[in-house]
Amino acid sequence: MNKTQTTSHESFGDFEKKIMLPMRRGRFLKYLGASTAVSALLVSGCDDDDDGPSMNTPGVDLGSGDIGILNYAYLLEQLEAAFYEMAVSSPYSGISPAETSILTDIRDHEKAHRDFFKAALGTSAITTVEFDFTAIDFGNRASVLGTAKVFEDLGVSAYNGAGKLITNPAYLLLAGKIVSVEARHASAIRDLLNPFSADFSGDDVVTTDNGLDLAKSPTEVLSAADAFVKNTITFDKLPS
Amino acid sequence: MNLLKIISEIEKLDPEVYEKLNSRRAMFKHLSSSGMKFAAAAVPLFLGTALNKAYAQSSAVPDILNYALTLEYLEDEFYKSGLAAAGLIPENRRVIFQQISKHETAHVGFLKAVLGQLSATPVAKPTFDFTAGGVFADVFTNYQTFLALSQAFEDTGVRAYKGRAGELLGNATVLTAALQIHSVEARHASMVRRLRAEKGWITGNSNSGLPAAIYAGEDNVTQGGASITGLGYSAAAATEAFDEPLTPDDVLAIAGGFIVS
Repeated sequence: MNKTQTTSHESFGDFEKKIMLPMRRGRFLKYLGASTAVSALLVSGCDDDDDGPSMNTPGVDLGSGDIGILNYAYLLEQLEAAFYEMAVSSPYSGISPAETSILTDIRDHEKAHRDFFKAALGTSAITTVEFDFTAIDFGNRASVLGTAKVFEDLGVSAYNGAGKLITNPAYLLLAGKIVSVEARHASAIRDLLNPFSADFSGDDVVTTDNGLDLAKSPTEVLSAADAFVKNTITFDKLPS
Repeated sequence: MNLLKIISEIEKLDPEVYEKLNSRRAMFKHLSSSGMKFAAAAVPLFLGTALNKAYAQSSAVPDILNYALTLEYLEDEFYKSGLAAAGLIPENRRVIFQQISKHETAHVGFLKAVLGQLSATPVAKPTFDFTAGGVFADVFTNYQTFLALSQAFEDTGVRAYKGRAGELLGNATVLTAALQIHSVEARHASMVRRLRAEKGWITGNSNSGLPAAIYAGEDNVTQGGASITGLGYSAAAATEAFDEPLTPDDVLAIAGGFIVS
């Protein structure tokens, strides 16, 4: 937690830029995603980032096919749930009752998504992933809500991009049931950051020509999320 | 709401609607007469699958795009009319509706363009009556009524796109675009709901003064065979966490009241 102090004096824009910057390990992941020859163990051995996986943090292989995509969603829901659990259990200073209510609701939704995927995947589920939130200052409103915005927009773009990779219509429907809730979250969080503006559905996420939200590939999404994930994630068998 | 009008609207979009309704009746009859005892939770899943099959067999991508286009026409004209109505939308909220309106206009143009690329003919814009025959007579003079209908259209839009995504599985480009519109509608819905002092997400089938059909089925707590309440969540959290789809006939039963011809 002590590393987080530096972010509290940064403007929100700087903070967002910083956490969206692909980190070195993100490039590793891209490489890992593109290559079938490199084992996760080998890469984790080469990793020299200070927040890299330790000997005690197991590598995680998302797997292939629809199961791989469901595990990918399960990973993202774990990330969101863990973040909101922290945000609610140690609220930032000056949090309003309305904000507490919104963050608590979202925490419960993300936990329900997480536990749903775990139950649905059964023995195919990846392990519980470990997260590193030291870049987030949980005492600072801009840091928490700024991160929430990034995670929600990322979640929306991930589901939008993953839909075409699913083959079973029942799974696609489930992803559809969840992605619109993530978009509802994103809208509410964005409105808390810039009330009654156009940001709830801002031009930074919705194209102005066609009115389309973001859609990102697993590689793009996992690269962005990687800064917060301690485990080395192998996703080279995901459909593309 | 005029049932014949609704059926005729469905028929326009889907000429085989009578046949489908008949086979659906037959299916219900079969269910009730077969004496089979389905577990309560299994029945909706079974029905859902059968209905999805009925539509998946006949619907082509252009049909789905025209279905979406009809809803986007409705939203586009609704917001344009609202923004044009003097004194309706408070000055400090106009930016919100200008943003939504911009997206709905973009969706109309986009869907028409995609239909053009597929060498399919976009449906003509229907004539709308946003008072629904006088039920919402003050829609463009009373901001609260306008907000309520905005919520109705956005939440219905989310449910409508979701209900047909599965039929687009064979066309990755169109499926992705549909999902990209779907989440924009959800962003809109959340904002408009919050302007009405509602939560941005849907709790149970709570309809907050709107026709119950709009939220029918949103109280589902079973997902993919798993009981979300059984995992330890309240019914409120379990239903808020998952948005539910609507079938085309559900949607047209809701939207049909606003379509004159």
